[in-house]
Amino acid sequence: MKAVGFLMLLAGWFLVLAAIVLFASPSLRAAFVLAGIGVETLGLVLVFRSHLIPREEKK
Amino acid sequence: MPAPRLTEVTTVACLFFIFLVPLAAAGLALMNVGLGRSRSAGHMMMASLSALAVAALAYFVCGFSWQGFIGSPAHLLNISGKSWNWIAAEPFFFRKFSFDGSPGSVAALFQIFCVGFAALIPLGSGADRWRLRASCLSTGILAALTYPLFAHWVWGGGWLAQLGVIYGIGRGFLDVGGAGSIQVLGGLTALAVTWILGPRRGKYSADGMAPAIPGHNTVLVLFGCVLALVGWIGLNSAGAILFAGSELSGAALIAINTMLAASASALTAAFITKIRFGKPDASLTANGWVGGLVASSASCAFVSPAEAVVIGSIAGAIVIFSIDWLELRMEVDDPGGSVSVHAVGGIWGLLALGVFGQFQRPVLNVAGDSLPAAINGIATGQWLAQLIGVATLVGFVLPLTYGVNRLLNRFYPFRVSVEGERQGMDLHELGAGAYPEFVTHTDEFLPR
Repeated sequence: MKAVGFLMLLAGWFLVLAAIVLFASPSLRAAFVLAGIGVETLGLVLVFRSHLIPREEKK
Repeated sequence: MPAPRLTEVTTVACLFFIFLVPLAAAGLALMNVGLGRSRSAGHMMMASLSALAVAALAYFVCGFSWQGFIGSPAHLLNISGKSWNWIAAEPFFFRKFSFDGSPGSVAALFQIFCVGFAALIPLGSGADRWRLRASCLSTGILAALTYPLFAHWVWGGGWLAQLGVIYGIGRGFLDVGGAGSIQVLGGLTALAVTWILGPRRGKYSADGMAPAIPGHNTVLVLFGCVLALVGWIGLNSAGAILFAGSELSGAALIAINTMLAASASALTAAFITKIRFGKPDASLTANGWVGGLVASSASCAFVSPAEAVVIGSIAGAIVIFSIDWLELRMEVDDPGGSVSVHAVGGIWGLLALGVFGQFQRPVLNVAGDSLPAAINGIATGQWLAQLIGVATLVGFVLPLTYGVNRLLNRFYPFRVSVEGERQGMDLHELGAGAYPEFVTHTDEFLPR
């Protein structure tokens, strides 16, 4: 889950970069940048969840 | 590519502002000491000093050569016919660099303090369990790689700064005082370090409780806040002059906005903690104060004082709720509040510039030959430029800093032994306590 989370962070960033390069229309560009940030947010949720401490390790 | 010029008076004033910056580092170091345990106080101060030293040397060796300055030689990447400036190409060890009062040499001085400041931020999150040598290694990587790379993109005329010139997105990503380059970068490194280290022993129990481990010296924490204010005024003013071409006359507005943002943020934090706990919490109020300073860094030169108050107030609320959420829900044990104050507060500050920023005159954040385009170009969509910068920090800098620190941790474990943590970092790593005349934690050395 941790690796997938970090990969999603990178994937979201690449989506943002692609939006800058590929779209000239401001609205399309903004939409894809927001989509990239959405992917990053999902990745961040996964990374945070993967770092929760298992119950048996709490002391 | 010609770099922007500074008049003699502006250079002198800029140097004065830069000499204030180490006070911000001193303030942050004192806060980290006060928010940690007494048995690790000396260790924390030693780690802070070591981080400043390692950061300065690593930055001297290769950091500045990869960061550069606006107009300095750089490697370009051609994407769809547009040149993306992605890393500087200065020689190592400041070679071929003349210290003649040029903007580049003044920027090098400014940066050598800024990189040390950024390196102090993760220390707060690793308090009471991060080994000294491991923190020095991590600092070396931050100063030699992570910081220069992102700082070049923002302050060295890199692709984030060029978004306005090349793609017409606002004035490019703007961050005059380092809310992103210093604070968010340091805060995200702090998050990575916290994840790698894990929580302090006894922080999270199996029954789901997370008892508070209070800081040992509130006076140090609050005094650190005052020192940080002075340093931050220098940081924001010098950054605005060097990286946005602000006039010297704008320094008064920058100082006022910095002070107002910190004040509003601290009072908001005090008010929220009063409502929630019945009495204002000193350490959370201090975190609110610094959160306001952090949030002011991006936009201090481009907003009115009233807007700075709004930005600071929101920063104070965000920082307090973020500290709670990270500690209780996400089980991120961050004794200094570094992640919430610097990463979350900084991200809010960067976005706030996109919302509130007003630009009365051109922003000179790119090289000289691009200036006409920057001045005449369409300048809408600043919010989008700020979003792209934040997306780069979260989507690129966080995985990079986590990966590098995780790799370091594999070869040289970051976390102190169980016995060392129980004994305290002072005795275990330095061989002497910070407060030898006081008998504290008498049960520490009894067998359990």
